[in-house]
Amino acid sequence: MGAGATPAIEVRDLETQIDTKLGLIKAVDGVAFTVDPGETLGIVGESGSGKSITALSLLRLVPRPAARIVGGEVILDGEDLLRKSEAEMRKIRGRHISMILQDPQTSLNPVFSIGAQVVEAIAMHAKGSRDSLLKRAIEALRHVRVADPARRVDDFPHQMSGGMKQRVVGAIALGSSPRVLIADEPTTALDVTIQAQYLRLLKDIQAETGLAIIFITHDFGVVARMCDKVAVMYAGRVVEYGPVREIFVNPAHPYTRALLKSVPTIEEDVERLYSIRGQPPAFWDMPRGCRFEPRCDVALPHCKQDYPPEFTDPGSGKTRHCASCWALEETEWTRNRS
Amino acid sequence: MKRYLIIRLFQSLLAMLAISMIAFVLSHLSGSPVDAMLPDDAGPEEAERLIRLWGLDRPYHEQYLVFLGNALQGNLGDSIKWSGQTAMGLVLDRLPATLQLGGFAIIVSTIIALPIGVLAAVYKDSPFDSFGKLIALLGQAMPNFWLGIVLIWVFAVTLNWFPTSGRGGLANMILPAIAMGWFQVAALMRLTRSAMLEVLDSEYVKLARIKGVPEWRVVWVHAFRNAAIVPLTYFGLIAGSIFTGSVVIETVFAWPGTGLLAIDAIRGRDFPVVQAVVLTFAGVFILANLIVDTLYAYLDPRIRYR
Repeated sequence: MGAGATPAIEVRDLETQIDTKLGLIKAVDGVAFTVDPGETLGIVGESGSGKSITALSLLRLVPRPAARIVGGEVILDGEDLLRKSEAEMRKIRGRHISMILQDPQTSLNPVFSIGAQVVEAIAMHAKGSRDSLLKRAIEALRHVRVADPARRVDDFPHQMSGGMKQRVVGAIALGSSPRVLIADEPTTALDVTIQAQYLRLLKDIQAETGLAIIFITHDFGVVARMCDKVAVMYAGRVVEYGPVREIFVNPAHPYTRALLKSVPTIEEDVERLYSIRGQPPAFWDMPRGCRFEPRCDVALPHCKQDYPPEFTDPGSGKTRHCASCWALEETEWTRNRS
Repeated sequence: MKRYLIIRLFQSLLAMLAISMIAFVLSHLSGSPVDAMLPDDAGPEEAERLIRLWGLDRPYHEQYLVFLGNALQGNLGDSIKWSGQTAMGLVLDRLPATLQLGGFAIIVSTIIALPIGVLAAVYKDSPFDSFGKLIALLGQAMPNFWLGIVLIWVFAVTLNWFPTSGRGGLANMILPAIAMGWFQVAALMRLTRSAMLEVLDSEYVKLARIKGVPEWRVVWVHAFRNAAIVPLTYFGLIAGSIFTGSVVIETVFAWPGTGLLAIDAIRGRDFPVVQAVVLTFAGVFILANLIVDTLYAYLDPRIRYR
């Protein structure tokens, strides 16, 4: 997208708390990013790094009553979604911002026909006769390349394969032509060949409609194929953010480097795949300084004291390449004012 | 769907057959009926004559087939206690009263239990949920005969709001229905609540919210349609316990139904009538489960298309 385009969605300083038995934890702690129309942002991180809670926070669908969004802004069309009433939010969900869930086996309602479920998604944001809504539903199914959709609308989820179900979920999510789509590991539960087809499908739809996609994954292969830029999350925070090429070629944060090192490659024959030592910190026992410090190979004494500020690569272009690591203080990277 | 229902129907018939065998065997375990029937001064030739007359000298399987043949025609013999009446006729006379009270209790329990169960799940850990828990605890802790007596004492004797006993209009049904239904309300409510909690946590409920579906529709359409299968399963059991419960409750409230008849028949050693009651209860129980199975298939397409 050219410079000056308004972002499809902009997230600033998002904070979401979860009330657990062990105390109040900040599952999302100051996350920020922007996604332009037609662009794909990958959010990468281990399980429990706050990726999914971040996604649900954008829709204001964090599990109640335990979780609560406590700060930040989610700007869509110049308006902050976090200030909307629940009724207004309902008109935005599915219509302007939508989501595909991880497991197609469980994300369709087993007791309703495919047609009824797609029709409902459309009917929530459009008026029309039953026939015209059904026609639109069939069109939506055709769009996600479900074969013979006019016949399949009467099928129930258990009569479809996993890949087909995930297409139906896609049709539901895209039924009202939203501008932002969150895809929470949509291909993790699919076979590899089906995965590739599904990713291509998303890419094609994006090229056609200018959809902005937020792609949550822990698979760097998928990131390389799908994303324009990447946010690497660790323990509820974005530790590195930048164009996908920069992240792969010139990763700045030790955590990103470690993640990339633990991806198996075909070219290299290794005895044992690299794995990051230790465990991510528990949210109720967060280190005062850098959260990755206990597992970091290049930690400085300083890292234990304060959480590192964000540094930006002065050579980066429109999409800035930034990372939060004390080691960058000694480089030409510039410290951001916070 | 058709195949599923045919299989279920076949299974029901099989169950009914098994119950008829048990009823037959039980009637023989209690000793020869001849001894009970004859006057004390009757001689052996007299006994011999009766045995031949009733076919008791023939092998058991033949006797069973005769019994089964008669039972299929609705003939379970004559009552011993109420002379001149057939056993089946007595049961059929009393059945409407039992069905009336039992049906009323089931419908009222369901109407009360399902919404409370659903709302207790939606407002989990709220005061409403605790209130539901209290109702359930009381219902499951109080034996129904005791509850019946207490209800009569408080609402019929002391407050004089309802009649103490007997069959009549709505006013007569309320106290026995509460005594019968409270336990069921408790069980249904708890089952509905836990089923709803599980379903509300599911991915398809999340997807419904993502679509922008209003919360009432998420709860009552998307979630409840799935959760309903659990209380429905229990429903088949309730139909049974409403009838077994009716034996106790009809006695406490002097409600002239089959339960009261069963007690009287047992006291009078009127075996044909007891048999007729048992077979009728079994038939109603199996019919109720057949209806539940049909509703199952309607609710869940995975069963319909198997």
